[in-house]
Amino acid sequence: MSEQVNVVSVPVAEPAAARRGSRLNPSLIVGGSIVALIIGAALLSFVWTPYDPTRIDAAARLTSYSGDHWLGTDKFGRDVFSQLLVGARTTLFVGIVAVGIAAVIGTPLGIFAGMGSRWAGEIVMRGNDLLLAFPALLMAIMFAAVYGPSTLTAMAAIGIATVPSFARLARSGTLGVMNTEYVLAARAAGRTRRAIAVRHVLPNISGLVIVQSSVAFAIAILAEAALSFLGFGTRPPTPSWGRMLQESQELLHSAPRLALWPGIAIALAVLGFNLLGDGLRDRFDPRLEVRR
Amino acid sequence: MSQPSPPILSVRDVHRRYRRARTSLFKPPSEVPAVRGVSFDIQPGQRFGLVGESGSGKSTLIRLLAALDHPTSGSIEFEGHRISGQPERRLGFLRERLQVVFQDPMGSLDPRMRVRDIIAEPLVAARKPTPPDRIRELLTAVGLPDDAGDRYPHQFSGGQRQRISIARALSTRPSVVVADEPVSALDVSVRAQILNLLADLADEYSLTLVFVSHDLSVVRHVCDTIAVMHHGELVEMGATTDVYDNPQHSYTRRLVAAVPTLRRALAGVSAAELARAVTAADPEEDEQ
Repeated sequence: MSEQVNVVSVPVAEPAAARRGSRLNPSLIVGGSIVALIIGAALLSFVWTPYDPTRIDAAARLTSYSGDHWLGTDKFGRDVFSQLLVGARTTLFVGIVAVGIAAVIGTPLGIFAGMGSRWAGEIVMRGNDLLLAFPALLMAIMFAAVYGPSTLTAMAAIGIATVPSFARLARSGTLGVMNTEYVLAARAAGRTRRAIAVRHVLPNISGLVIVQSSVAFAIAILAEAALSFLGFGTRPPTPSWGRMLQESQELLHSAPRLALWPGIAIALAVLGFNLLGDGLRDRFDPRLEVRR
Repeated sequence: MSQPSPPILSVRDVHRRYRRARTSLFKPPSEVPAVRGVSFDIQPGQRFGLVGESGSGKSTLIRLLAALDHPTSGSIEFEGHRISGQPERRLGFLRERLQVVFQDPMGSLDPRMRVRDIIAEPLVAARKPTPPDRIRELLTAVGLPDDAGDRYPHQFSGGQRQRISIARALSTRPSVVVADEPVSALDVSVRAQILNLLADLADEYSLTLVFVSHDLSVVRHVCDTIAVMHHGELVEMGATTDVYDNPQHSYTRRLVAAVPTLRRALAGVSAAELARAVTAADPEEDEQ
């Protein structure tokens, strides 16, 4: 597949501007902007929040939108906007670590399965299927039961549950790369298996892995929110969008805005990473580029 | 061409069969013979041409010569060392002494590697130092500019890429270069350049050249010895002029007849008449 990238990206006299235009597709722009917004919010929360998000202010309980509290306060008088900002931090942190675990374990596993002997590949992929068949949420709850609920156990559980998707993708990409003539040429040049894996296979499947990371990030955000909502994820008082939702549950009728804003934040984050993944796929996938 | 010196490559009764995918649970999977009992020697300095139509087993045979695949039976020796059936860790000397130029100039260069790293790859694999001068020297030898090393393969044309492949093949100063249809993917206008380059470099570096092609006229241009393959068997072998002027085997006659020559073209021979000539040369055998 990668040699197709080649075929496609050898335009006879295609103007540079036209190529750049085809790379910046709408999904990439919108998704990238949303992700940038969330990252910006998380970074901002390190240096500035309107209030301390964990500060309980009994006098200002459940105030609505106002100049003092832009998005109002919750039942403890904590500032919702500040909580959202710091919650972005938690969300991104969980996503990065979970996807990191999945990519760092899953990608080499997939490459190994694609390059090694048939038996080794079969064993890895069947183990993969086993893990895939196990519901991720159940695994997270199990982790929480054993190690106690925390952000760390949530991240580990989500990460491990995402390993199979990376392994499977990396394997299929590896099988494609192993069939190319440049791998044959590398073998003829005397390259070892490991060198072929690192110098040829990994760079040529990196596009696939990046796309998958973005999509997996969206899933991880959703999983973290669900776990926190169920009380198996981030512990109070650390702000988390999922827990904000849970705490707003009993006040759904009197103060729906408390559920609305974290809900919007979660939806936006998931949408953003999914769009970014789609956009990156268009950019990396040669077959789609040909059609354009 | 038959000097008393020992052959650099020696192929003895080599068979290679591929197993088809199982079609029945009870019958054993059927086998496809790709190479059937081929034997020949290649002398140092020889320019050995291997001709045959697609599916005749040429590509399988060069994979075997480069020890990228191993024969089902028979043996292949390189400089007196057996290379067939040997594990990769014992083929280090071969990887350094024998280099391959592949057919597809698009597919045989890793799109994610700089040209400099592509050319240096055999040296890196052989754990040899790669001074930047060496890359420049190789680029010059194949007629590419010095700054080509910093660029990526997709920035080059087909002919230039094949030059990159050739530079790479020369990097370890090999004694044998195996070229697998090096010009068949190129424009006719570029073919002669690449063929001449290969021939010149073979002289300059005193290389033994194994040249594979389905096109007899291309092989005739470069090689001093021709071996003709047909259905996995070596049907004829000899000096280029002998094979070309006095083909013994019916298949070779058909191949020779299929070569369009200037004289025949000037005489107004159309492609259809050429095809008729081919069948006339071999009326009893009509291949699929």
